[in-house]
Amino acid sequence: MSENNIQFLLNNELTVIADCDPNMTVLNYLRQELSRKGTKEGCASGDCGACTSVLAEVITSSNNGTATQQLKYKSINTCITFLSALHGKQLLTIEDLQQGNKLHVVQQAMVDCHGSQCGFCTPGFVMSLFSLKKNLSQAPFTDATAEATSSELNLSLNLNLNLDKDIEHALAGNLCRCTGYRSITDAAKQACNNDDVDQFDQDKLTTIKQLKNIAKQQETVVLHNNGKSLYLPNTLVKLAQLVTQYPQAKLLAGGTDLALSVTQNMAQIQTMISMGNVSELAQINETEDMLSIGAMVSYQDSHQLLTKHYPEFGQMLYRLGSTQVRNSGTLGGNVGNASPIGDTPPVLIALGAKLVLRKGQGTREISVEDYFVDYKVTKLEPGEFIQSIEIPKATNKKQLKVFKISKRLDDDISTVLACFCVEFSKQKVADIKIAYGGMAGIPKRAFACEQALMGKAPTDQNISLAMTALSTDFSPLSDVRASSKYRMQVAKNLVRKCFYELEQTHASTRIETFETDTFEANTFGVKGVTHA
Amino acid sequence: MRKLTDADKLSDAKKQANNKSNTGAVGRSIKHESAEMHVTGKAVYTDDKLESLGQLHAAVGMATIASGNITSIDLIAVRAAKGVMAVITLDDIVGHTDIGPVFPGDPILTKDVVEFYGQAIFAVAATSHELAKQAVELAIIEYKETKPVLTIDEALAAKSFVRPPHSMKRGDSATAIEQAKHQLSGKIAIGGQEHFYLEGQIASVIPTEDGGMTVYSSSQHPAEVQKLVAEVLGIPFNRVVVDMKRMGGGFGGKETQAAGWACLAAVLADKTQKAVKLRLNRSDDMMMTGKRHPFENHYQVGFNDKGLIEGIDLTVNGNCGYSPDLSDAIVDRAMFHADNAYYLDQVSITGNRCKTNTASNTAFRGFGGPQGMMVIECVMDDIAYSLGLDPLTVRKANLYGTDDRNITPYHQEVEHNNLSEMISKLEKSARYTERLQEIDDFNASNKFLKKGISLTPVKFGISFTAQHLNQAGALINIYTDGSVDVTHGGTEMGQGLHTKIAQIVAQVFGIAVDNVKVSATRTDKVPNASPTAASSGTDLNGKAAQNAAQTIKQRLIDFVVEHFSVDSDDITFSDDAIEAGKDKISFVELVQKAYFARVSLSSTGFYRTPKIHYDRANATGRPFFYFAMGASVSEVLIDTLTGEYKLLQTDILHDVGDSLNPAIDIGQIEGGYIQGVGWLTAEELHWNDKGRLLTTGPATYKIPAISDAPKVFNVELLKDSPNREATIYHSKAVGEPPLMLAISVWSALRAAIANSVGVKDRVKGVIPSLDTPATPERVLNAVQLITAQQGIIDHA
Repeated sequence: MSENNIQFLLNNELTVIADCDPNMTVLNYLRQELSRKGTKEGCASGDCGACTSVLAEVITSSNNGTATQQLKYKSINTCITFLSALHGKQLLTIEDLQQGNKLHVVQQAMVDCHGSQCGFCTPGFVMSLFSLKKNLSQAPFTDATAEATSSELNLSLNLNLNLDKDIEHALAGNLCRCTGYRSITDAAKQACNNDDVDQFDQDKLTTIKQLKNIAKQQETVVLHNNGKSLYLPNTLVKLAQLVTQYPQAKLLAGGTDLALSVTQNMAQIQTMISMGNVSELAQINETEDMLSIGAMVSYQDSHQLLTKHYPEFGQMLYRLGSTQVRNSGTLGGNVGNASPIGDTPPVLIALGAKLVLRKGQGTREISVEDYFVDYKVTKLEPGEFIQSIEIPKATNKKQLKVFKISKRLDDDISTVLACFCVEFSKQKVADIKIAYGGMAGIPKRAFACEQALMGKAPTDQNISLAMTALSTDFSPLSDVRASSKYRMQVAKNLVRKCFYELEQTHASTRIETFETDTFEANTFGVKGVTHA
Repeated sequence: MRKLTDADKLSDAKKQANNKSNTGAVGRSIKHESAEMHVTGKAVYTDDKLESLGQLHAAVGMATIASGNITSIDLIAVRAAKGVMAVITLDDIVGHTDIGPVFPGDPILTKDVVEFYGQAIFAVAATSHELAKQAVELAIIEYKETKPVLTIDEALAAKSFVRPPHSMKRGDSATAIEQAKHQLSGKIAIGGQEHFYLEGQIASVIPTEDGGMTVYSSSQHPAEVQKLVAEVLGIPFNRVVVDMKRMGGGFGGKETQAAGWACLAAVLADKTQKAVKLRLNRSDDMMMTGKRHPFENHYQVGFNDKGLIEGIDLTVNGNCGYSPDLSDAIVDRAMFHADNAYYLDQVSITGNRCKTNTASNTAFRGFGGPQGMMVIECVMDDIAYSLGLDPLTVRKANLYGTDDRNITPYHQEVEHNNLSEMISKLEKSARYTERLQEIDDFNASNKFLKKGISLTPVKFGISFTAQHLNQAGALINIYTDGSVDVTHGGTEMGQGLHTKIAQIVAQVFGIAVDNVKVSATRTDKVPNASPTAASSGTDLNGKAAQNAAQTIKQRLIDFVVEHFSVDSDDITFSDDAIEAGKDKISFVELVQKAYFARVSLSSTGFYRTPKIHYDRANATGRPFFYFAMGASVSEVLIDTLTGEYKLLQTDILHDVGDSLNPAIDIGQIEGGYIQGVGWLTAEELHWNDKGRLLTTGPATYKIPAISDAPKVFNVELLKDSPNREATIYHSKAVGEPPLMLAISVWSALRAAIANSVGVKDRVKGVIPSLDTPATPERVLNAVQLITAQQGIIDHA
């Protein structure tokens, strides 16, 4: 049985879309169909955040054996989100925050701190901030990576530092051309330090119930409109059937890249199969030596686990897109669309990760490295799709270094991404995998460079030879991000940097974490004095 | 009106509402008048207005070559496309076809010559934005391509200019340079900048009963939009009303270049007799509209052992794009600011207006001033590096004096110069000297990360250099409930102009600022207004509004004198009330009494800036009413292996005179500074060799994001420093000057690059060159160059 409509909560009102163009974005739906004009279009490409709204969904977490249900809030770029993504979710827009004459705490904070000037980006900032605030109030400082220390002083300093980082991460996908951000950061701090209960807390149980009701009646949703079709299957089996049945269909995961063909290139997708409702694909499984990440797991949802096993991978993920992009975009999509500048493939290659590909009832495994054939060409067969990504767990010996180089720290596509996975034995390189993004038509291993280091001690001379060897591995292109010459020079210099960091483990070597490093150095100092 | 609202109730209600009395509003950090509408999404921008029945949406077809001729235009498929209601080409324009703002050269549409990739050829009106966009794609246009002129060098070689070169000079610079102990010459290339207003270009037009148009346009210059729409349609100006409530950012990009879209929408609206909205999507906007001018500036300088400049020749070459637009004035302003804060005794400054096959570059916050300043700041650094001095020492040595050495190259005296004391204050508060040492220590103990710091000043001339633009009008209406409506010629683009105007009017009447509403800027309320530009919005319109308010106030005073038989000196307006000798009545009550006594409660106001004059032919005069001053210290960290960098700390001391609203002024300073940081660092425009812009969206064009703001960001307004000219409440303009405070970031990057070579290894005289935008690639190149120049072996 198929339900022929998309169901979601618009704030707390059940909303049914039975007839719509599957190519319609949530932004256009809000502005054109609902006349909710508070959500703005700044770029229609997911890079400015003016269109940010929030999706809430039910998540189940188990605490000491008892399962509790929570609402998880995700900021999204509505300009690159197709309507299908709303199914089974609660959609909150800027119009929903104010209660009567009372501004929501995040709105009030923005007013108090003079956080708006022209005001056009403001609704997007408010919604990103709202999402952060809601998630912090449920699980304080979700992004915290630092261990809490015994000293109360250090604890509060750490929390503040983590709040600063949380704010930066939450707002990095929202561009403001007027304020210079200081006032917005102040507003964010004020809002996050306010404990007031809001209407969404009060309505939480009702909302969860309403969303579960939608989930209960969920079947495969099929929509046809003017010759265009959307399929929204709810099981892996049905998905596999549909992909076999419509091998030409566009497979939609997070859609952060696919939607650009519609909003930027004026293309129209005739048949779309969304993986968004297949719960099997949204799962993370951990075995003794492997992490298995479903193709629909968002960057955001895989972040904690990946950080735990590979802190450098986690750190890099913070610079992949923005929170809005990470909330929608998936590891599966990042591999699947085979961009030479995707951020995760070089890491997955260096880690020796594998893909589980599914076609109909059958599955096969292929290494991420072998998956990429040529520019935007992969080993994926018609009717086949990525089911999961299998990443070997960290070992004591294996050391991972990930470097993302871009013009801007926040929300920028890599100029060069370099990943080194190294094992030492008796001060010599016993095993090494090096993979680069942005250096060729596909994410690619640097075999000559690896060869130059294998079995050698990382002396200045050997490192120089390895750097030179990169010229054999790659001949990168020049484009708007950088010249070929720069790419090659940086690729080489990162080899040096990698081994410097492996040797000088406490040295501060990266501008992106410089303040954190300095801070940590300082707190150690404070601690030392206290205990002396 | 037969019966008025009860005045007692009104004033009671107001007292409750205003229990934190905010009368006497000037000088207080009152929130932006639209702040609550911004944060709730209720603020209406042009695209958010209610649409009419049968509303049409327009899209524009553009040229896909940079230079050549159109050989054929086939729009058959466009006309036949789904939803298309009208298609227009140049042949459909009945009135003027050239919409150049000062000089001709900007055809509204072209059907023959193509001068840049993105030039408008036709426009379509369809039933939806998406259908209009899809229809445009169906055009078949053929061209005969010619080789485009794309760079300043090519334009200079071909003597391809949009306007003739211009010079200003004093004394004999050539001899002075020659006779100086040291000589140096150099050049710096300064990249352009996309405005990236978050709200793109948009106009929405509704035909009126008399063949006219009501135009909603996101424009900094509604009066010019009115004029051009009327001229393009061939109708009198009084048939066109332009209404502008707010822009989602302007920054100069909507000074002249908002008009074309309004004109095209008006032609389509005229043709279909339907409401037509034309909104450019981001990539079209970036492709079709002009940007901040890229410049390549050259210098030749002679100086003594202390770095004091004795003679200097400066040439500023602006890349104007294909047409004059505002480029004559922009390159002039670059020349006016090629001295920045420094006295140049024997000097010659030449400005070239290069014509290239790119979109017509236009106004952008600073209007050429920033590009002019860059060359002299480059000279300061270069002299310092060549002599082995700290750049701040050289900057201080060359500052304008207060009693002597205070005449600019255009022969205006620099009065009320407080820069020297400001720099001393900032040097102390920012711990400049101590941090220089700390940075040396840091650099000595860090292998790949290096720090640099710099302090740079800003002196920016305030006034339009086109004298006639320095005028403004306002209209104030007071209603019988005591509420006040103000309209003025300025436009709100986020800078808080309307908030400041409301404060000024509230101050005059001694009433709460909430009782004053500033309405949308409309050409039928205040005519012939100047653009909101040149930082002049508050200076001009604030004075005009004050003038209108004072006119009404005088009428009220005259009425009170007569009614209460008091002397006019015994009347005060404050706390929403009027005291007249022993009598005290509420403002509402007074207004109602005045109404019954048939006193006019409406007035216009007018202002023109005094003292200014300029003889361009001889490059002498007083183009500026006064100068805005500021200084900043920036500290950066660079990665010498990747060229990446981070701005660590910023300290700013800025002079806004007596601030009308400190929160808004600080917002302007912080925002201007960060916008300047973007201009000088990561914001890179990239064209291919055929002249097509490749950076057409935020995915490839990177304006500053939240992590780019420094963690430590101290901004202070100079205290007790009223503008000594009679400006509005002795404030100073604040819109543009702070942008140039960002020059210290570029200079600090140069310092960090210089510091990539250890102090002991440093060879005197090696200069770390750094063109802008200083992308990581440019920084890495500079590091490698300086390492090579110092004879240090590059391990790579």
